Amino acid sequence: MLRTTLGLAAAALGISAIAEPAMAQNEQFLPALVYRTGPYAPNGIPFANGVADYWTLINERDGGINGVKIVFEECETGYATDKGVECYERLKGKGPTGAGYFSPLSTGITFALTEKVPGDKIPLLTMGYGRSESKDGSVFPWNFIAVGSYWTAADVAIQHVAKELGGFDKLKGKKVSLVYHDSPYGKEPIPALEARAKKDGFDFKAIPVTHPGVEQKSQWLAIRQDRPDYVLLWGWGVMNSTAIKEAAAVAYPREKMIGVWWSGAEPDVTPAGDQSTGYKALLLQHPGGKFKVHEDMDKFVISKDKSAGKDTFGQVLYNRGLINSMLGVEGIRTAQKKFGNKPMTGEQVRWGFENLELSADRIKELGFEGMLKPIKFTCQDHQGADEARVHQWDGKAWKIISDYYKADLSLLDPMVKETAAKYAAEKKITPRDCSKES
Amino acid sequence: MIVVGQVLEVLIGGLLAGVLYSLVALGFVLIYKASGVFNFAQGAMVLLAGLALVRSLDFMVARGAPTWAAIALGLLFAAVIMAICAWIVERYVLGPLVNQDGLTLFMSTIGVTFILEGASQMIFGSDVYPLRLFPTDAWFVAEGLFPGGILVNKLDVWGGLIAGTLVAGLAIFFQNTKTGRALRAVADDHAAAQSVGIPISWIWFVVWLVAGLVALVAATVWGTKLGVQFSITFLALKALPVLIIGGFTSVPGAIVGGLIVGSGEKLAEVYLGQHIGGGIEYWFAYVLALAVLLVRPQGLFGERIIERI
Repeated sequence: MLRTTLGLAAAALGISAIAEPAMAQNEQFLPALVYRTGPYAPNGIPFANGVADYWTLINERDGGINGVKIVFEECETGYATDKGVECYERLKGKGPTGAGYFSPLSTGITFALTEKVPGDKIPLLTMGYGRSESKDGSVFPWNFIAVGSYWTAADVAIQHVAKELGGFDKLKGKKVSLVYHDSPYGKEPIPALEARAKKDGFDFKAIPVTHPGVEQKSQWLAIRQDRPDYVLLWGWGVMNSTAIKEAAAVAYPREKMIGVWWSGAEPDVTPAGDQSTGYKALLLQHPGGKFKVHEDMDKFVISKDKSAGKDTFGQVLYNRGLINSMLGVEGIRTAQKKFGNKPMTGEQVRWGFENLELSADRIKELGFEGMLKPIKFTCQDHQGADEARVHQWDGKAWKIISDYYKADLSLLDPMVKETAAKYAAEKKITPRDCSKES
Repeated sequence: MIVVGQVLEVLIGGLLAGVLYSLVALGFVLIYKASGVFNFAQGAMVLLAGLALVRSLDFMVARGAPTWAAIALGLLFAAVIMAICAWIVERYVLGPLVNQDGLTLFMSTIGVTFILEGASQMIFGSDVYPLRLFPTDAWFVAEGLFPGGILVNKLDVWGGLIAGTLVAGLAIFFQNTKTGRALRAVADDHAAAQSVGIPISWIWFVVWLVAGLVALVAATVWGTKLGVQFSITFLALKALPVLIIGGFTSVPGAIVGGLIVGSGEKLAEVYLGQHIGGGIEYWFAYVLALAVLLVRPQGLFGERIIERI
């Protein structure tokens, strides 16, 4: 009897020993470059929570992506490019097929990784940030600047200003200043704003703020003296709330300030209290609040105490993290249709992104109706959408105050083409012929 | 006339901003003056003090405590935290390193910095916590003389008053009290001070406690300005040129250094920055500091150290 029991136990152990690696072979590894500490943590945390919670939801509710469980690991970058590259190097080879894709949530890290990912064959999903010209998939096959670029944002911001003034013709002779984080991120909208200034005849001035943006008195005294009609804000982390406070201190009307979508979340306005009332910012399509997907999230993740941080549940940046992960998961699902229901390599995920199309019905089915409009990537277009809205802080919550604006592609697309071609020439890249890609 | 008004506005704004830098610089001066240690952790101490204050204050307000009581108890709690911090630093970091080289002590404070930054965020959270202890709106003075008047931020004025009071208090403490004189003796020579019966561990605890309380005062002002958050630690970088200019051992020097740095960097940013691309105030402060170093290596008010060789 004892021998039988021991035999069964040994057999069971043997089976589990065999089964363990077999299970591990059916896992999709996804890395998360996050910043939960440091100067940008208040903004990094809600995004990281949204990213992680959506992956948990897919595992808990659906049993993974077509049966392939998601395994993920966070790596702390502190928003520093060197640490971001370190994290990338450490995580890129993990899991049975390596990292599926990277989303660094930093334009600086994106600039650095753009040079590396073609060699490692791993796509970069940079939703709403990164190189604006990476929309051109023929030159940047591994970058997916999904939903909107900074040039989209700059164009939409000026469209909103024009609407408030009563038409584009009213822009002539007006003054628009950009207060920006002095980094690749903050500098990114300048070419698009210069192009719009030339086209619409307004006077444009760019005012840099040094990282991390805790001291902005000079910049706002200069604004008080220059008296621009509008101030666009391209900040991140503490820079945003400090800008709002300094604007209040020099009595610059908050209603005349428009932040990019990275300057329009709860951590950007709550530290300034009542002084934030009236401040506006762009929406990367989605607002904060709760939608259909949040009901599932509540049921399968939050109530089971499996959330990465439920205190940020439903915040603007949490929701952005959800969409980021949803696009990633749907990219993998698209790839699985071609390559089979198994863990995908980075190269296969890249194909999945490039062929990803989310219709209104599919977005509704996923629970994201009201958060995202239909999006479609192609070989040439790695952005998939060119629309944004505006919301305004009323002192307690963000309220959507505009309909969707579509970016002026007649102005931006030639800029994308020209800048991407310059990049290709500089890096000796031969652009793909997208007319021949299936 | 408009131009004169604008220059005056930038100058006054810069001078007042400089006083806020001085608040942080004072903590550095205290520890250097009393123990000869350049305390790299001063910025992290401001973060710890600010987080302890705002989190305890929020905790009590959420439970219905009156605001005045919550502020008083919050300040007391933060002061206790800074006392515990001072005791731990003395007991486990500086105590075992008595008579070691200055560079060794400096390196140990770098370690303290990272521990304080990590621990304070782990214990109290890493979000932005609003603190509203002082008014943050502005006065517009001399509106009759200059169109739009000259803007003077009320928070900056509060900062100036607090810094002035601190300097007066610290000057009395160092000059007229037994402990203050003992602190200066320890700074001159650890071993000599011990040999005449000065309890060095007690003195170091006192000086770190006082620096911690100065950090708490700085946190009340900077926390009101920025919200209490990790970025407050970057203030240490703003305080460095202040120290170089004013001298590492002079309390009034920290104030004068702050005034020079604040006004210099603001005027440079507004009037020079627009011609060379902007964003120059961070490094311009160090240009000023280097210029002073070349002329007076000990800073404007620092002690000239002459050693026999």
